[in-house]
Amino acid sequence: MAPSARASDRRTHRPGFSLRTLFSPITWLLSLVYDGIVNVVDFIMHPLQNVLGVRRMAYIFVLPNLLIFAIFILLPMILNFYYAFTGGTNLFPEDRPYVGMENLNTLFTCGNFLDPNTCRADIFWRALINTGGYVVSQVTLTILLSLISALALNKGLIGRGFFRSAFFYPVLLSPVVVALIWKWILQQDGLFNALIVSLGGDRQPFLLSAQWAQAWVVVISVWAQMGFYTLILLAGLQAIPGELYEAASIDGASPWQSFRSITLPMLMPTMFVVIVLSIIRAVQIFDQVFAFTGGGPGTATTYMVQYIYSVGFSNQQNQYGLASAASLVMAFALLLLTAVQLWLGRRNEAT
Amino acid sequence: MKKFGVLVVLALLVVGVLGVQAQDSPVELRIAWYDDGNEGTVLRDLLDRFEADNADIRVIVDTVPYQTILDQLPLQVEAGEAPDMARVSAGERYRGFYLDLRPYVADPAYWEASFPAAVLQWLRESGEESDALYGFPNQFTVTGPFINRTLFEQAGVDVPSDSSDAVTWEQWTEAAAAVAEVTGVYGIAIDRSGHRVAGPAFTEGATFFAEDGSVTIDTPGFRTFAQLLLDWHSSGLTPAEVWVGSGGTYAAGAPFFISGELAVYMSGSWQIGNFATNIGDAFDWEAVPNPTGDGGSTGMPGGTAFVAFAQTEHPEEVARVMDYLASEDIYREFVERTLFIPGHQGLGELDYQTDVPAAQQSLQVFAAEALKLSDQAYELQYGGEAFAINNPIRDRLTQAITGELTLDDAIARIQEDVDAALAAAAAS
Amino acid sequence: MRTVLDFLTNTRGRKRLTYSDLLTYLYLMLGTLLMFGPVVWLVLSSFKSQTEILSFPPRLLPYRQETMAVEGYDEPLALYNVTFDDGTTRQLAQVRRVGIEAQMVDPANPTEVIRVNINQRAPLEYIYFGLENYEEGITSFDFLLYLWNSVIVTFFATILTLLINSMAAFALSKYQFRGRDTIMFMTIGTLMVPLSVILIPVFLVITRIGWNNNLLGVIIPAAATPTGVFLLRQYMLTIPDELIDSARIDGASEWRIYLQIILPLARPALAVLAIFSIMWRWNDFLWPLIVLSRSELFTLQIGLRTFQGELNVEWNLVLAMTVLTLLPITLVFAFLQKYITSGIATTGMK
Repeated sequence: MAPSARASDRRTHRPGFSLRTLFSPITWLLSLVYDGIVNVVDFIMHPLQNVLGVRRMAYIFVLPNLLIFAIFILLPMILNFYYAFTGGTNLFPEDRPYVGMENLNTLFTCGNFLDPNTCRADIFWRALINTGGYVVSQVTLTILLSLISALALNKGLIGRGFFRSAFFYPVLLSPVVVALIWKWILQQDGLFNALIVSLGGDRQPFLLSAQWAQAWVVVISVWAQMGFYTLILLAGLQAIPGELYEAASIDGASPWQSFRSITLPMLMPTMFVVIVLSIIRAVQIFDQVFAFTGGGPGTATTYMVQYIYSVGFSNQQNQYGLASAASLVMAFALLLLTAVQLWLGRRNEAT
Repeated sequence: MKKFGVLVVLALLVVGVLGVQAQDSPVELRIAWYDDGNEGTVLRDLLDRFEADNADIRVIVDTVPYQTILDQLPLQVEAGEAPDMARVSAGERYRGFYLDLRPYVADPAYWEASFPAAVLQWLRESGEESDALYGFPNQFTVTGPFINRTLFEQAGVDVPSDSSDAVTWEQWTEAAAAVAEVTGVYGIAIDRSGHRVAGPAFTEGATFFAEDGSVTIDTPGFRTFAQLLLDWHSSGLTPAEVWVGSGGTYAAGAPFFISGELAVYMSGSWQIGNFATNIGDAFDWEAVPNPTGDGGSTGMPGGTAFVAFAQTEHPEEVARVMDYLASEDIYREFVERTLFIPGHQGLGELDYQTDVPAAQQSLQVFAAEALKLSDQAYELQYGGEAFAINNPIRDRLTQAITGELTLDDAIARIQEDVDAALAAAAAS
Repeated sequence: MRTVLDFLTNTRGRKRLTYSDLLTYLYLMLGTLLMFGPVVWLVLSSFKSQTEILSFPPRLLPYRQETMAVEGYDEPLALYNVTFDDGTTRQLAQVRRVGIEAQMVDPANPTEVIRVNINQRAPLEYIYFGLENYEEGITSFDFLLYLWNSVIVTFFATILTLLINSMAAFALSKYQFRGRDTIMFMTIGTLMVPLSVILIPVFLVITRIGWNNNLLGVIIPAAATPTGVFLLRQYMLTIPDELIDSARIDGASEWRIYLQIILPLARPALAVLAIFSIMWRWNDFLWPLIVLSRSELFTLQIGLRTFQGELNVEWNLVLAMTVLTLLPITLVFAFLQKYITSGIATTGMK
């Protein structure tokens, strides 16, 4: 029999009191149950394997995931595609009149593509512009701060385990809670304004002016997400062999030189993953802002997904067709963005 | 060892299967409900009494956030997942899905006599010539202003409505500004809602609906009030949180009024219970009649309807519950305890259960306001186009306030949005 | 400048504490303050009364006003220190406040009403961590039931996610079969589609299956997470094929290999996915809201929302209930943080 997890546990077991001895009866029982499950599964699956052959078992393994994936993600995406070319407010596809390109036309009718006010779907264009600004600033700031934090944590200082956890903690909070906490701090009568007033300043309209609101949306999403990217970058940093730095310092390289010629290039693959993931997440920003500013003031923090949500869902208008068309545009933009990144990544690897 | 493991797993499976058991129970009816104040508690209390007398029926009240009633309930209804009954604020949204109670209720004539024809017609499909009974109004509301008299007194400013029966919005604005000037509070505020704006706009002479059924937003009257609203913001007379700080949703100015930071507050009769609880007698507050203008003097009717859905499997039991809640005594108790203005025409004098004199006074003011609502106001509330009109007004005017749009552009955009929403609805 | 450069290039394992180390500590501590501070503020605020929550400027700790039973009044009256125009100070109890004027009495002489400008009085207060908000919140809705539903959904969805994602990842990393690349490509592709965008069609599918108002409708659809498959596959690629081959030679079936070799070896990655799945399901809001409309099926996150009615938000209750929903996930994190952070660091995204 192959080495199991249980066996390796036993090997590392040390005498004396520990949590492990306390839990050992439970562990023993669990491993018994696990063995039982293994045997039952084996009993059922072995004959199947004899019929199908080893390689076809792969299909059995992917099947449950694929099934759920196909029914609850792929099928809705196809339906969504169909919705984009239908009109009306009915829910069921069979009740919806086919309107061809009308929804896409509505989105792309503009006097001047640089001025949302000249577009028929002006909010769509405002959301597009807002999203662009948000993605650029949020991703830049996230990556910069994550990198600095990862470098700081990589120094091997005492207590780094604690700091690592501290930086990660906000990642666990739900977007709605993040929004609530910060709204609570930033409102007119909130903590920050109280601090400003006590220092002799005037209250700032943190959530009431477009510029402030846009800035704070970026700040709180960086706050909520950077811990995750910090950890990934930290893993990347730790994978860089220390000998490289030693060799560099023997060659008389300055710290800046070794940062540029060792750390950055060695970190590039990890950085690439972080950039791709953070851009994808930034483009999808929704719940947090929805609960934080609701898209306001005016439409200053209305982003793509919220536009789609409010056209299709809230606001009592249920224009699913228009919403689906907008989501097609968004998916297309994401695909394009990812393709460009992949291409850049490949080119980077090639050189 | 192996066999023991198999046994353990099998034992766990058996326990799991036995754990799931069906059991017999009385007919279960569900109400989708939302709460503004204590009405959920009162409803539960009334239903408990109903259940005590009707052992074969159990009524479950699913209290959900208000936003869920607005956004998710329509989907559920359309998908065939409707609750048996619901409290809805937009009755026109579910037309075609309601259960006609006429065959089931004990006395249809009582329903017709008790509940306003406009509300009953509101739930019927537009142009539907029928006498179907789809539900009844469990709350009637009227929009109108409240004032903080204590602030007026402290500022030494006369309350305009004390000396005149026909105060204009401009006069109220002036008086509120004077109070704000002296006391340092906010002068005047209106809820962030198209429904709330409509009353003052009609008062200023706006007309949305023409004889031929077309909808026009851009009238001098509408412009007048929209401009006034913009001026309130640009002069700092109104707290920016309400319209500017609330993103895409409805927002009330009530917190400012409750904390005594607001002199004049345009909202509606449903606030009375809220104020009675949260202000009490901390300062002198009262409702005043809707202002007067070129279009007369009107607020907006509103409120919620209690409806039944045709998807129910137990229409007879549903009708028994509805009949019970619509019956005169129960209805009276419900409104007296919740401080609602009744949507029932036959109750006569009411004995509202509050010891706050301001609440009693305000209820009387609003009861009088209910009698002088304009045709345009009724058409907007019950004609079936409110869903397409109110939200664009709210959202586009906000854009005008924040400077994203000029007032001209905002009004043009409202018209476009209304047309698009009506067209989409018509295509279905 | 020197220290900054040091900072950028330092590797681990130094002994001396340098300026750059101090700078780093400063940065890390400031960061920690920023990360925890807002949450601490939320927790402190959750003990405050509605009145105190709405007052400006807010204070760090929750206070309660001193009250005293006064003869002739049914309710205990709030105590204030009142400074009179002549500079004398007296402790008075407030009967009621009318605008800028307060009617007060001396507890020793309760018949005489003294009128005082509200600016002349300062409340007598003490620090008080009361649980009233929590009690009221928990009792005003079916807290335990919603908690139970949340636990059920989180638990089963996480088990299911771990199981089917790891099965798929095993197949995608250790087998050559037709369609493998297509499945991989689709998995990565859907990373990019947010659920909120395809909400309507997913709702339609759920409705056709009949899973409305069924916890299955919340548990199953989200189980096939592309992130999970991707993460586990990347990790399993690092498990040497020789282990599998030798097990096959020993006659082990594919399922035995999966359950007894792959899963135990993939434990770090499974732990990471587990915490993410717990976090996602526990915090899920939009999706349960659409699938579940019956109150006995509500999860905690939906139940919390009922405090936000059309009219007013009861902030004291919202804050207290938010703290309660934070608690379990914080506890899980506190106990498992070492595994979680090192797990993410070692599984990385290779």
